[in-house]
Amino acid sequence: MGEPLITLEHVTRTFDVKRQTIKAVDDISLTIPEGEVLCLVGESGCGKTTTGKMIAGLLATSAGRILYRGQDIATMNRADRRRYRLGVQMVHQDPYASLNPVQMIYNIIAAPLQHHGFTRGEAATRERVRELLTTVDLTPPDDYLEKYPHQLSGGQRQRVSVARALTVRPSFIIADEAVSMVDVSIRISLLKMFGRLKDEMGVGVLFITHDLALAKYFAWEGRIGVMYLGRLAEIGPAQQVVAHPQHPYTQVLLSAIPEADPDRTRSKQRIELRSMDVPSLLRLPSGCAFHPRCPAFAGEICEKVVPPLKKAGWGSDVACHLVK
Amino acid sequence: MEPILSVRDLTIEYAARRGKVRAIRSVSFDVRRGEALALIGESGSGKTTLGLGIVQLLPSTARIAGGSIVYRRYSDTGQPMRETEVLTLKDADLRRFRWAECAMVFQSALNALNPVLRISDHFADTAKAHRYLSGPRQGAALTERSRHLLSRVRLDPDRVWRAFPHELSGGMRQRVLIALSLLLEPQLLILDEPTTALDILTQRNIMDVLKELRTQLDFSLVFISHDLSLAAELADRVATVYAGKIVEIGEVYTIFRNPHHPYTIGLIKAVPTLTSDKSELTSIPGSPPDLIELPSGCKFHPRCPLADDHCRREEPELIDVESGHRVACWRWQDARAVLKAYQV
Repeated sequence: MGEPLITLEHVTRTFDVKRQTIKAVDDISLTIPEGEVLCLVGESGCGKTTTGKMIAGLLATSAGRILYRGQDIATMNRADRRRYRLGVQMVHQDPYASLNPVQMIYNIIAAPLQHHGFTRGEAATRERVRELLTTVDLTPPDDYLEKYPHQLSGGQRQRVSVARALTVRPSFIIADEAVSMVDVSIRISLLKMFGRLKDEMGVGVLFITHDLALAKYFAWEGRIGVMYLGRLAEIGPAQQVVAHPQHPYTQVLLSAIPEADPDRTRSKQRIELRSMDVPSLLRLPSGCAFHPRCPAFAGEICEKVVPPLKKAGWGSDVACHLVK
Repeated sequence: MEPILSVRDLTIEYAARRGKVRAIRSVSFDVRRGEALALIGESGSGKTTLGLGIVQLLPSTARIAGGSIVYRRYSDTGQPMRETEVLTLKDADLRRFRWAECAMVFQSALNALNPVLRISDHFADTAKAHRYLSGPRQGAALTERSRHLLSRVRLDPDRVWRAFPHELSGGMRQRVLIALSLLLEPQLLILDEPTTALDILTQRNIMDVLKELRTQLDFSLVFISHDLSLAAELADRVATVYAGKIVEIGEVYTIFRNPHHPYTIGLIKAVPTLTSDKSELTSIPGSPPDLIELPSGCKFHPRCPLADDHCRREEPELIDVESGHRVACWRWQDARAVLKAYQV
């Protein structure tokens, strides 16, 4: 792994809703080396999308800093800011909403190339657009140049989104639920394409998903971070987090996932929660936010003290008082 | 097991500007008493249309072009009582069939509750519309039954009964709808994507509730889903739907352990599980067909690694490959070869 590309230092983000304050992301610290694949998983409202948006620079932090190649993105100078803006790209969840419906695929991809001066002249732009379409497996590229987004399937549109993100030669792509709206039969080929970007171009990926099985598949040699109510519960090597989950929340999640194998899914050991109620972000529980539901709840310490994320077994960092 | 629903040669089309959308093409299957049947397939395969067709709630652009749906009512002791042709039901009879015999919980159930009515009013309105426990002095009985159903789906009746839908989470609303659908003791419950758009722990809760209900109450379940793991967990039998046709149907263990249709095999191989190895996973090439301009022959042939001239020419019908396991594929015997073919 290379140099730290993205560093989060005690990043917090709050939102004001009806004169109340919601803490969507609470004190997250994280380092993402160049070329790494990191999957953030968690349920809706856990702050994974907010974290992604802050890294992309689409949302400011309320507290804490985000560094890109060692420089604070909030205070960087114009030239650095431009480099960061191009270096970190985002692929959104809904391929039906993220492409301009009145532009041909050629224009969608050519616009950033020309605007940022990556290609000069019509011929060079056309050639580069063809190249990018080939990179995302839209072949032969000439079949797609003059199509409009509505003429493509969801999977193909998502590939166009990725090609568009690649126009500015980014070093990091944030993919927020990028395959969840695509048919199951073609998800894997999309993920394989993302994987190739990493292998062949060294592009790092932050993959945000609610599907742990997908996260394990995609991260494989990378890391998985599990978030719960705005905090990182556990982060570690993908294979280890799934095979040896240490935070009780990760364990509950893994035990709850149904699997596409009737033998395994019906014989799976389930861990029951103490309570099914998801706490409101407006009234976060004291201490460890998971304590009212935690099957391993150990009394006062869990109710009073926020567990810090610290080194635990299997190369993971875990935020739980009970994990030594 | 005796069927409670027999669908035969059902064909449903939609009128679109570009032409006829052939959403369901001559589909036949049975739903047996007390079983859970999963209809799996991708978006646009026609599985929701099939569900809507059974309860006769198709939009006005749809037309039933042929076939029959026979529903059988059984007595409490399991004796067949009468047969009804659903497609010819009209007005009052149709209204009675819906909900009292066959209830459906729709996709995007989160929007299915009326936002200005309390949960209690939803139960009262449903009962009133179907003249169920709605006579004078029956209010208390209705309340008691409703609250009982709410506790059956693991909701606290005291908390939920007077609540408005917006005060409940997505999972709670979904469970309210399941309770509501069971109010008139239907024999058949159709669930369209019951856990889609819900978080993992909420999904788990809904699945457990459904499993529990099935052991306590006597009803058959048809659920429509693109999620194979849901089928693996809940279904007794699984039917794979592709381009408006059932291409494989069989007992759940058979379908997952020994699938014969290249599409079923492809779907299973496309879904990562927590234990699957990276190399085991592959996508099905191409994308689902346009239902207006369907390919010739077997509708799966443009995506199938085994397709030959025969497949391109002629569409295969469902045939029995072993007891209770039916497949519509000319080359089903080469299923093993498909496994390899997908391993690229």
